[in-house]
Amino acid sequence: MARMTMIEAVRSAMDVSMARNDDVVVFGEDVGYFGGVFRCTQGLQAKYGKTRCFDTPINESGILGAAIGMAAYGLKPCVEIQFADYMYPAYDQITQEAARIRYRSNGDFTCPIVVRMPTGGGIFGGQTHSQSPEALFTHVCGLKVIVPSNPYDAKGLLISAIEDPDPVIFLEPKRLYNGPFDGHHEKPVTPWSKHEQGEVPEGYYTIPIGKADIRRQGSAVTVVAYGTMVHVALAATEETGIDAEVIDLRSLAPIDLATIVQSVQKTGRCVVVHEATLTSGFGGEVAALVQEHCFYHLEAPVVRVAGWDTPYPHAQEWDYFPGPARVGRALAEVMEG
Amino acid sequence: MGDFAPLSLHVPEPAVRPGGAPDFSNVKIPKAGSVPRPIVDVAPEEIRDLAYSIIRVLNRDGEAVGPWAGVLTDEEILTGLRDMMRLRAFDARMLMAQRQGKTSFYMQHLGEEAVSCAFRKALDKGDMNFPTYRQAGLLIADGYPMVEMMNQIFSNEADPLRGRQLPIMYSSKEHGFFTISGNLATQYVQAVGWAMASAIKSDGKIAAAWIGDGSTAESDFHSALVFASTYKAPVILNIVNNQWAISTFQGIARGGSGTFAARGLGFGIPALRVDGNDYLAVYAVAKWAAERARRNLGPTVIEYVTYRVGAHSTSDDPSAYRPKTESESWPLGDPVLRLKKHLIIRGVWSEERHAQAEAEILDEVIQAQKEAEGHGTLHAGGRPSVRDIFEGVYAEMPAHIRRQRQKAGY
Repeated sequence: MARMTMIEAVRSAMDVSMARNDDVVVFGEDVGYFGGVFRCTQGLQAKYGKTRCFDTPINESGILGAAIGMAAYGLKPCVEIQFADYMYPAYDQITQEAARIRYRSNGDFTCPIVVRMPTGGGIFGGQTHSQSPEALFTHVCGLKVIVPSNPYDAKGLLISAIEDPDPVIFLEPKRLYNGPFDGHHEKPVTPWSKHEQGEVPEGYYTIPIGKADIRRQGSAVTVVAYGTMVHVALAATEETGIDAEVIDLRSLAPIDLATIVQSVQKTGRCVVVHEATLTSGFGGEVAALVQEHCFYHLEAPVVRVAGWDTPYPHAQEWDYFPGPARVGRALAEVMEG
Repeated sequence: MGDFAPLSLHVPEPAVRPGGAPDFSNVKIPKAGSVPRPIVDVAPEEIRDLAYSIIRVLNRDGEAVGPWAGVLTDEEILTGLRDMMRLRAFDARMLMAQRQGKTSFYMQHLGEEAVSCAFRKALDKGDMNFPTYRQAGLLIADGYPMVEMMNQIFSNEADPLRGRQLPIMYSSKEHGFFTISGNLATQYVQAVGWAMASAIKSDGKIAAAWIGDGSTAESDFHSALVFASTYKAPVILNIVNNQWAISTFQGIARGGSGTFAARGLGFGIPALRVDGNDYLAVYAVAKWAAERARRNLGPTVIEYVTYRVGAHSTSDDPSAYRPKTESESWPLGDPVLRLKKHLIIRGVWSEERHAQAEAEILDEVIQAQKEAEGHGTLHAGGRPSVRDIFEGVYAEMPAHIRRQRQKAGY
């Protein structure tokens, strides 16, 4: 066991995977010699050589197109898009190519790629460094979508993603790269080195894709969250004293419906929290599933807490970010219902 | 107002429109045999002229002349002729089948048969094409069964793609034919990635990317050139300039650049233009580029100068945007007739044998069609199971798709 930040855990996952399988290749903008703007790939080129970890031109569609071609050849590309916000030029390659190649060729060709991208706000990144585009991917059949909330999960899930036979979108909440974050931006940040989930095995292990984690047992209300919002939900639960069960989805597609249903049928109430904008966000999907599967157990309408339906502002970041106060108000509202 | 006249937008126009006299005076055609054949490890900057000329082997008299000639045997050329005739006959039958309502859509190759048929012969088993929608000759020339192609076109119960893809969007890993995408140019950069993978694994296989003149305007075309140039990928970057992108003449995508091939020059990639209606020239140039790729010398851009005689697809009416007789004026002639003439001059073919071959091939196509129709057509007979809708989205079917399949009754 070692203490790792999420950055180190992500790097360790690629390291372990590259060591186990010569076909795993890592590339993207600045990821080779420099090790990436967040240093997630630091040291990999020195260790595995520049044909297995290399820099690319600034061309996201090129990165994805090349990865798809390599996967068709038989390699296992794990590529980095520098920020999720820069993913859009590659969106066509991801959603209409990678996602469909198995289906449209009836398995003649497959596309086992991983697309890593830092996501979310809370770092004063303004509107072009803070987006949470998960719903743009969960809507696309053929993709798997993962959002880890801690180093331990990040490593186990990323190894699973690299081993997965299908294309996986791996969204890394950059606010969690160096430590858990409960939404109180004025408080000093606790590093992962002081957190139990910063304890990460150095070697190989996996966490199955599609399995949620119950982060806090409770009986009054179910909070469904993922990524940074798991920590915000836990903080809100503690501050309100409401006995909430907090589910960390970990994988949005496929989603662990059984865990959600079991919890909501027990608690009778549900709050969904995410950082992305509200309208047509992933919370709508969770709310619909809860309505379909738990309607007769619900004692109050499902409530969603999300970013506002605006671009991510720079100066008013903490008014945009769904912090524990907003989640607390939602918990109180749903408890009154 | 300053010293200048007001600005005005330049919108390129073709030389003529319907009702006008066809005019190909803009297509500068050098004499067959006049373009030199450089050594394969030539420095790209030394052959810049080849991006502006046209490599030709067959002259007007049907003779094979010049430095690019003499690389194929009689038998190989005869096979090439039969491949092109097969593709033409296949097209004619499938066009008719579409008109009869047996499928929704078809795209023919009329006038462009030499490009894909000859190119395939320059590749080895295990090489991979990333084609667009007018390269079925790659499959025909590699011996892929016509019945399978027809099953795909009819989306019937034997369709290898289980009715999921538009007609003619074939896929065959075994025959080096990557699954076709309807989104233009996406495959161009994928081909470069495949070639990079081959280089990473120190393999001997090469890739070929395919694009039409219109789609060179897509971002992914440029992405592919950037990646191919940066990593010196073992890939042949093919541009089929058939003069028309549906109704839009090639000058719109080409803009101010001299030729499509010339786009390779800015990337330091050797770029050649070839007579796309000359089977021997296409083969010779493709073989040259394949050798470059295999010798780790990197990518080559090839522009095939040809003409789309038929409509873009069965949904298109070319008489609405170009003179009806334009194809007859195309200065590079018909690829089948040119190769036929060459073989007759060579003394290994005759009008009688040609007519006989046409009859044999037609019979072969009709037999294949009968067999395919025995498995059903789009609206009649056997069809893929509804269950197939739900299979193959992922390697393993996730729970939510299984629930939906059950809801559909399967």
